[in-house]
Amino acid sequence: MKPINRVEGRAIPFGQKNVDTDVIIPAKWLKTVSREGLGEGAFEAIRAQEGNIFDDPEYAGAKILIAGDNFGCGSSREHAAWALADLGITAVIAPSFSDIFSGNAFKNGLLAIAVPQAAVDRLMEVAKTDPITIDMESMSITTPFQDRFAFEMDPFRHQCLVEGLDEIDLTLAKSDAIERHEKRNDSAQPWLIPAAA
Amino acid sequence: MNQPKTLYEKIWDAHVVDQRDDGTALIYIDRHLVHEVTSPQAFEGLRKAGRKVRRPDLTLAVPDHNLPTTARLDAQGNKIPIADPQSAAQLEALEANAPAFGIKYIGASDINQGIVHVIGPEQGFTLPGTTMVCGDSHTAAHGALGALAFGIGTSEVEHVLATQTLQLTRSKTMEIRVEGDLGPGISPKDLILHIVGVLGTAGGTGHVIEYRGKVFEEMSIEGRLTVSNMSIEAGARAGLIAPDDKTFAYLEGRPMAPKGADWDAAVAYWKTLPTDAGAKFDKSVTIDAADVSPTVTWGTSPEDVVPVNGVVPAPDSFSDPSKQDAARKSLDYMGLEAGQALRDVSVENIFIGSCTNSRIEDLRAAAAILEGRKKADNVKWAIVVPGSGLVKAQAEAEGLDRIFTDAGFEWREPGCSACLGMNPDKVPAGERCASTSNRNFVGRQGPGARTHLMSPAMAAAAAVTGKLTDVRELTR
Ligand code: SF4
Repeated sequence: MKPINRVEGRAIPFGQKNVDTDVIIPAKWLKTVSREGLGEGAFEAIRAQEGNIFDDPEYAGAKILIAGDNFGCGSSREHAAWALADLGITAVIAPSFSDIFSGNAFKNGLLAIAVPQAAVDRLMEVAKTDPITIDMESMSITTPFQDRFAFEMDPFRHQCLVEGLDEIDLTLAKSDAIERHEKRNDSAQPWLIPAAA
Repeated sequence: MNQPKTLYEKIWDAHVVDQRDDGTALIYIDRHLVHEVTSPQAFEGLRKAGRKVRRPDLTLAVPDHNLPTTARLDAQGNKIPIADPQSAAQLEALEANAPAFGIKYIGASDINQGIVHVIGPEQGFTLPGTTMVCGDSHTAAHGALGALAFGIGTSEVEHVLATQTLQLTRSKTMEIRVEGDLGPGISPKDLILHIVGVLGTAGGTGHVIEYRGKVFEEMSIEGRLTVSNMSIEAGARAGLIAPDDKTFAYLEGRPMAPKGADWDAAVAYWKTLPTDAGAKFDKSVTIDAADVSPTVTWGTSPEDVVPVNGVVPAPDSFSDPSKQDAARKSLDYMGLEAGQALRDVSVENIFIGSCTNSRIEDLRAAAAILEGRKKADNVKWAIVVPGSGLVKAQAEAEGLDRIFTDAGFEWREPGCSACLGMNPDKVPAGERCASTSNRNFVGRQGPGARTHLMSPAMAAAAAVTGKLTDVRELTR
């Protein structure tokens, strides 16, 4: 995965609360074979409405999405994280996220940053006209108007995101231990390998 | 003496590759079942990162969820194309990915093909004491043979393919004991529906359930698979039943099971697995077998169970306000009224199948009711979908297919079928289905479909009378 140190640029001031994964990516998009291309179905119902915020040229190319409380609730579909990434989103800022969504976001290198509602309100205001910056090193969000909001993140997740490590890399770093386990199986329980049918 | 351990603890301890300070552990995975729905993006991820499958020999792939259950080959033996392009794409992806990564693949028209959770035990791929995963929540089924088996998501599928391990948190343990004997005509499905009703869908959260005691010891492997399968509906991570002589007899000689000296060594090890006397469970639940009747669901959650001779509960009868609200919505969706007798509810569709109830014993139980009878006129659609090609062949050898077709059922090819609305087998909106599957969620069998979960014998009885029926009335 790509290391993420800084995300800056325009943000989509979406602001809705309790956005469930069916809103992020409707069920009919789940029968796919790739993580790519799901951006087309992202927020499909909202984007069917004229003048919606996602297709507003003002926010074209935005990498940041600002939402309300409990973002990503509902079904556990990992497609929600894939769809946002495919839409070009690198970070979502909200007062809170569903646990499953933040887990899926992390696994796919998408930042899910929780800050208090007051901070979200201010960022929504700024986003309408100006860019914002997320800095992973100082763990803060800043605006051109001297606003500065600190955020917290699980240290393990933070390290993975900043160094661009995915969970598979971390496990593969333990290949020796895995190999030892396999060698022990081969001698003590050789029958663990399925008989060739 | 060593500290007494539960079956779960023994399996867990034997699979720890690396222990982390935060209490999680890297756990070795002995068996990985792969199907077409949750694997394409995992293979895509491997390809992008230039990674291989670490242990293709411990991995087995089979299509099931999307496959239509109508004929797969035409009269000339050519593949019949699949109409839905997205289903076709998922199926083609698995067919290409498995050989590309060196994984054994059982094709759609192979006699060994079937629902992942049916073919695992049937092929002897599932073994006691192993850890087993699959990108499907009903992987819990394999716990019937004493394997620690649970469902995972696509990122985890990719992780297991690449590393043959998973980073996991140890679960709590729960024992469920059933006191007494099940009454005549009470099946394992009635028992597990009753248990899910007692525990509730969150009752097992964070736990692995071990089913213990005489009722489970006397139960067939097929029955144990039905029980363990639905552990997830009680919120549990997995279900377990201690391996015993029945388990060994079931597995011996299966194609992928150990052979010769390996078999003897394996059995010797498996005999050390059952929970030690004096081992402690975090939670114990006792069920009185006398309380279990032929059971059906009335709502849109598997915990919404009631004896078939009972009535639809009133939403106000629940103490939890959120459950009251859910019950109101369920009744609205299901088109039922509080106080209505379940036995007055007529059904237009019958589905006998799914990884919960599509093994030979299930088909025999349904056929025993249907023999010499016909489905009622108001039943528009009745299908039997064997869990695998081998189950289908066995049933045909026993003449069961004729009993079903004579009764007005369609006899189909193996697959997930109407368990979920992903392939052409769907229940029309607003219509009811007496179903032997495991989930009665809103829209699970098709948009607007109304599902009543029950045992194969009860589904057969509903077909005969055209309404929810106490099967014991047809066997007297
Ligand atoms: S039959 Fe149903 S529950 Fe079983 S594997 Fe298929 S879709 Fe999942």
